[in-house]
Amino acid sequence: MSILGIFQKRSSGAVARDRLQLILAHERAETSRPDLVLQLREEILAVIANHVSVEPDKVKMTLERGEGVSTLGLDIELPLGASGRLDAKLAAKIAQVAEKAGAEAKSAAKKAA
Amino acid sequence: MAKVLVVTSGKGGVGKTTTTAALGAALAQGGKSVCVVDFDVGLRNLDLVMGAERRVVYDLINVVNGDAKLPQALIKDKRLETLHLLPASQTRDKDALTDAGVARVMEELRDKFDWVVCDSPAGIERGAQLAMHHADVAVVVTNPEVSSVRDSDRIIGLLDSKTAKAEKGEEMEKHLILTRYDPNRADRGDMLKTEDVLEILSIPLLAIIPESQEVLRASNVGCPVTLNNPLCAPARAYADAARRLNGETVPMTLPTERKSFLDKLFMRRAA
Repeated sequence: MSILGIFQKRSSGAVARDRLQLILAHERAETSRPDLVLQLREEILAVIANHVSVEPDKVKMTLERGEGVSTLGLDIELPLGASGRLDAKLAAKIAQVAEKAGAEAKSAAKKAA
Repeated sequence: MAKVLVVTSGKGGVGKTTTTAALGAALAQGGKSVCVVDFDVGLRNLDLVMGAERRVVYDLINVVNGDAKLPQALIKDKRLETLHLLPASQTRDKDALTDAGVARVMEELRDKFDWVVCDSPAGIERGAQLAMHHADVAVVVTNPEVSSVRDSDRIIGLLDSKTAKAEKGEEMEKHLILTRYDPNRADRGDMLKTEDVLEILSIPLLAIIPESQEVLRASNVGCPVTLNNPLCAPARAYADAARRLNGETVPMTLPTERKSFLDKLFMRRAA
């Protein structure tokens, strides 16, 4: 970037290139496993369902594809009284599944890079 | 009462996705709740133009197949509270869309939103026909170019025969949006004039979108042109179109870029 460039707003063409590079890296990595997110959701839900009853509709899943890693967010509405039963064993299991998901996303991103 | 609008054209690359994003955002900016739906299965791009490509979890096919509920698949726009996106699938085939499944999702969308804006794939095949099937209103996007006008004529024929409205014997409300219009070239006679296109297609004009670098700039950064630079000429043309769709009477003008004092001074000297 030139000295002048510091004062200029980044050109929209440069933004376009960065956005494309990022999303294409993710899409190329995902072609081998297009249903990864769907599968993760089902497995995570199955683990939780072992301990509390969760309505599938009350689960909100968000995904943010970033550089190198993706962030998977799970917002699960636990019914009243269920939180007390959300014990350490379950918390550990959830963490384990989440970690596995993170590792998979990372390796996929690495493969794409 | 919810309205379903299809943005269609027959020919590719004339500005359907740009128009879907711009009209959807303009309707939402006008206070309506809006969902834009990408029907281009296998080649989704509305997510990219809307700047939501990194947040896609589920898509239209997941909802049609029952893998996800509609609210779980909708992506809320980060800039406009009332604007939502239902993306197309990137990996599946359009044959995964069943007629009954699409009908169910469209009914559900009708219950939730004031406007449902469907981005049609190019062509006249099943994908394009599914996108238009449940529409109450159609916006035909045309360039002032012979191939585009001819393809639009074919699409108008399909709108009048292959849609649910047509099958019930009702008239489909159709509007024309003329994109990439260059008044200088039209004045010189190097381009089809608006009147020529209107006479050939004989559907009412909704807007003329002037050729502008702002359109590419907006898609580069992933923002509908009406949100990215609301004062630029194409954004004002789309905003007027949205008001007309809501029943307002807005005089038809060809918006031009507002030039600053310095621009004018410079232009005069250069001339």
